[in-house]
Amino acid sequence: MDPDTTLAGNQARFPETRRSAIIGIRSEDPALRACASETLIAAYWKPVYKYVRVRWNQSNEDAKDLTQAFFTRALEKEFFTSYDPSKARFRTYLRACLDAFLSNENKAASRIKRGGDALVVSLDFETAEGEIRHHDIASPELSREEYFHREWVRNLFSLALDDLQRESHERGKQLSYRLFERYDLRDDGEKLTYEMLALEFGITATAVTNHLAAMRRRLRQLVLERIRETTATDKEFRNEVRAVLGIEA
Amino acid sequence: MDYLPDKVIDHLRQAVVAPDFSATRYELLGEIGRGGMGTVYVGRDTQLDRRVALKVLNVVDPDREAAPRMADEARILARLEHPGIVPVHDLGTLPDGRIFYAMKLVEGTRLDAYARTSASLPERLRVFLRICETVAFAHSQGVIHRDIKPENIMVGPFGEVLVLDWGVAKIAGLAREHSAAGSVAGSDTASGTVIGTPGYMAPEQAAGAINQVDARSDVYSLGMTLKALAAPSPVPKRLQAISRKAAAQDRSLRYAGVLELSAELERFLAGEPVLAYRESALERLGRLVTRNQTLVLLVAAYLVMRIVLFYVEKWGLASPSQAGGALGGP
Repeated sequence: MDPDTTLAGNQARFPETRRSAIIGIRSEDPALRACASETLIAAYWKPVYKYVRVRWNQSNEDAKDLTQAFFTRALEKEFFTSYDPSKARFRTYLRACLDAFLSNENKAASRIKRGGDALVVSLDFETAEGEIRHHDIASPELSREEYFHREWVRNLFSLALDDLQRESHERGKQLSYRLFERYDLRDDGEKLTYEMLALEFGITATAVTNHLAAMRRRLRQLVLERIRETTATDKEFRNEVRAVLGIEA
Repeated sequence: MDYLPDKVIDHLRQAVVAPDFSATRYELLGEIGRGGMGTVYVGRDTQLDRRVALKVLNVVDPDREAAPRMADEARILARLEHPGIVPVHDLGTLPDGRIFYAMKLVEGTRLDAYARTSASLPERLRVFLRICETVAFAHSQGVIHRDIKPENIMVGPFGEVLVLDWGVAKIAGLAREHSAAGSVAGSDTASGTVIGTPGYMAPEQAAGAINQVDARSDVYSLGMTLKALAAPSPVPKRLQAISRKAAAQDRSLRYAGVLELSAELERFLAGEPVLAYRESALERLGRLVTRNQTLVLLVAAYLVMRIVLFYVEKWGLASPSQAGGALGGP
């Protein structure tokens, strides 16, 4: 049974296919630890970079160095393993660590040599910089916490959409993805109905409904999996689902 | 992935969460409320052109038990045909696999809000009696609600009531112990799962003693609900005793069933002695006076009239002779 296309297929449930990277980073196994680090960096580097750049008013180059240095330091000093889920959400904790790190960096008479301890994961700073330049994302009305949260959510959806696109191609569901992209990812204010899409793609409106439902269901699952990866406990997972999707979990 | 503007993210949030009714006869109009198990929307039945309430399973079902529980709820409701229980029209599955059911759209005031209105105590108690009738009917069908509380009861404009949220109901003879995904703060215990709402949940329920949960557990919740409903007015001692007996910690001290509780309230409303309270002679007199106010007033008026007549007669008879004596002097 293919859960993507079966009408009564799997519902969004507590994601089990991916494990919490916050738990993984405490593992004795170096391979698991490395994998968990990559996951956390993938989830957070972009919000961190934008936060440093926009909210700490750092130059492009400094923000790059500080972002690299922060993650390097966090892994060296095991910031992430000191996280206590009973006290705060992981992203709140991470931002507090980041603020402390940036304050220290500002105060330090001689800054650490940045960029020397390159991370294993390559970070696409150009794209992040392009987003800051070409889209109005400074949003001075938002608090630091709100800003960081918003950029984290944006990155979360981007990663989940990357997963969805890759997976759809691998599974031969290009049509589903194209319909989804056309209907759910458009940003041009175009009035579009299922009937119009059906005409455009030469399929029935019911088929459009089914393709879109399958893509949305899968995206939901992927978003939940991404949240699962960056939370340590069920309670935190549920809180983050509520914060990201606005639903009870 | 290209940059995602806020607008697209907002749309995606909606798209991945909002139920897609496009393949059904229903059209989504808006959200009414959210619960632990499902979200209720107002919708339109396009075939019958009427507004309905649509309850849809929440997106995340961590314990994998909300879906069967919601289906059970729809079936229980369909089985309980009573004016105090919302009728279910339809049970179905959305394209994304989530189950939903359509029911009558209930319009009215929640009992907790109703309790804050200026309704008199007798009016409130009459509403409460209707709740009791509904629960007693469910009990007669072998269904124990297990989550009776003011938030789960609606009061219509004519004082009609609807008891909602049968999602955690227990059906006699049916093993149906899902874990705590409802309105529950609690966790599994040695004997079972805690289902209910703290403050309204019977002690045996709070202890997870599933085998001990019966009609008297609902009697307990009704006792607590009665307390909340009557609280805004000054509550007579006899009524306090009734709610105390209904919500006794020891279930053997409670009313044996909901009908016994309603009979007791009927007695209270009629000004008759209630089983839950032993009156002093003075209280009995006070109650008799209150109960027979008209008679007491008539008797009092009669007595006053007699006294007045007595004196009128006395003075009236005395005066002419005195006057006559004066006039008819020697």
